[in-house]
Amino acid sequence: MTTEAQGRLPAAYLAAGSSSFRDFLAGAAPELLPGSRALPVGSSVEAPHGTTIVSLVYDGGVVMAGDRRATMGNIIANRDMEKVFAADEYSAVGIAGTAGVALELVKLFQVELEHYEKIESALLSLEGKANRLAQMIRGNLGMAMQGLSVVPLFAGYDLELGTGRMFSYDVTGGCYEERDHHSIGSGSLFARGSLKKLWRPGLDGDTAVSVAIEALYDAADDDSATGGPDTGRRIWPTVAVIDSGGVRFVDEDALAGAVDAIIAARQGNPGGAR
Amino acid sequence: MSQMPFYVSPEQLMKDRADFARKGIARGRSVVVLGYDKGILFVAENPSRTLHKVSEIYDRIGFAAVGKYNEFENLRVAGVRYADLRGYSYDRSDVTARGLANAYAQTLGTVFTQESKPYEVEIAVAEVGRTQDEDQIYRLTYDGSVADERGFVAMGGAGEAIETGLGDAWHPGIVLGDALVLAVRLLAAGAPGSEPRQLGPDSLEVAVLDRERPRRTFRRIVGPLLADLLNTDSPTREAPAQDEHIPGRHGELSGEPDSDIGGPTASPRDASTNPQTQRPEPGPDSSGTADGD
Repeated sequence: MTTEAQGRLPAAYLAAGSSSFRDFLAGAAPELLPGSRALPVGSSVEAPHGTTIVSLVYDGGVVMAGDRRATMGNIIANRDMEKVFAADEYSAVGIAGTAGVALELVKLFQVELEHYEKIESALLSLEGKANRLAQMIRGNLGMAMQGLSVVPLFAGYDLELGTGRMFSYDVTGGCYEERDHHSIGSGSLFARGSLKKLWRPGLDGDTAVSVAIEALYDAADDDSATGGPDTGRRIWPTVAVIDSGGVRFVDEDALAGAVDAIIAARQGNPGGAR
Repeated sequence: MSQMPFYVSPEQLMKDRADFARKGIARGRSVVVLGYDKGILFVAENPSRTLHKVSEIYDRIGFAAVGKYNEFENLRVAGVRYADLRGYSYDRSDVTARGLANAYAQTLGTVFTQESKPYEVEIAVAEVGRTQDEDQIYRLTYDGSVADERGFVAMGGAGEAIETGLGDAWHPGIVLGDALVLAVRLLAAGAPGSEPRQLGPDSLEVAVLDRERPRRTFRRIVGPLLADLLNTDSPTREAPAQDEHIPGRHGELSGEPDSDIGGPTASPRDASTNPQTQRPEPGPDSSGTADGD
């Protein structure tokens, strides 16, 4: 930050034309951009990885849920990490991949959306937000090629269409709209299988939340990197519900109830709901 | 290269520039920033709904300006960038109006002495505190002077007359409706000797920094709510505590009948930069169901 040193706000602050915080950062303080560091070629580091995120549309919006575990090799690096975040009032982002890089990306994305809103006095369209996130992931390609990849899942309420929508990404910044439901991360194969069997058109909100938790349970059942609900420590999955009223995180008590119901239904029935 | 044909004393040069800037500012309509019991109120005479004189800078910081639109818009954007960069590299709670006022003062001062023309603007930066005593309002003038004002600031052509009126009638703990009516009465009276005018909701831009809201406290007051607050006979003297539920209209309080008041009071995330510490603490009114209401 050169502000203090020179007193006057540097020219980048007063430049007209851009509503993007990321573009401003690239000019004013490029060292703060994620993915701007040059890594030694051919090296790799072991860093905590976030795992499974699921998302599904329901009648009125979209639900996104994530487990709480981060792993580093065979070690559980963190058992109560948050991996689903409100990106702004009407959208949420869930992360899988290298946790440190992903969190920095989320932090930047949140500021990016709010910055645009303040400068333009208008919300970005949902597609605009999704595209913006794609550009940020593309900027991380160099680090992804050295093993520090980030693959988020983006879900939001489209104010123009009046529906919940979700977008998935690949490491090169490809952005794909997903229909009905989607999952990312190491346990995503198992979660997807579960979602396929449990998702129906026209689900109501509460059912959608339990389908999401059920899918995470199935992922944790077969993937060691995905954490199941921890009843001893009372650590539940993070569940965000996004509808016309904006993003809302389901509170602990409601989650405890939903998780207890799923665990009870699985007694003597390890396959779970069907 | 331009060469000065005659010697001009620095005093004369500065005086000419100051006169030039002051003349530009005096042509503009006035803006009032004043504290009320639950926050800070901004009232501007501004018929435009989109070219704002009053804006949000950050969670608890607002901005108001008079003078040339392109120049203060430039400063507003710089302020948003300054605040967002600060909050991004430290934490949201580390962004202060004092830091921003200093950055503005340095910028205005440098432009005043070094550029070919000073900025013809006067701006106010306000930060709402936990209590009315902790509210901060800074006034910045075209030459980079900065003043820490107590309670209220008025800028623009009729600024001095309005400040005299506020000095007589404003008091700490004034409620929102009364503060608004007072500000509008003084704006309508204008400079001494000018004809008093009628200022309706259509020619006013009104916003508040509401100290009781979490995270982003800036809200524009528009529509029927503004008309109600301006009407001293109406029972509405305060802004609603809850945000409205009109999709896409975050940051506006309109009091429209179909606005479905009863939306969430809590922001989906807490005022913190690190995504790991943003989950709001479970409050008494956090809804537990997915359907909401």
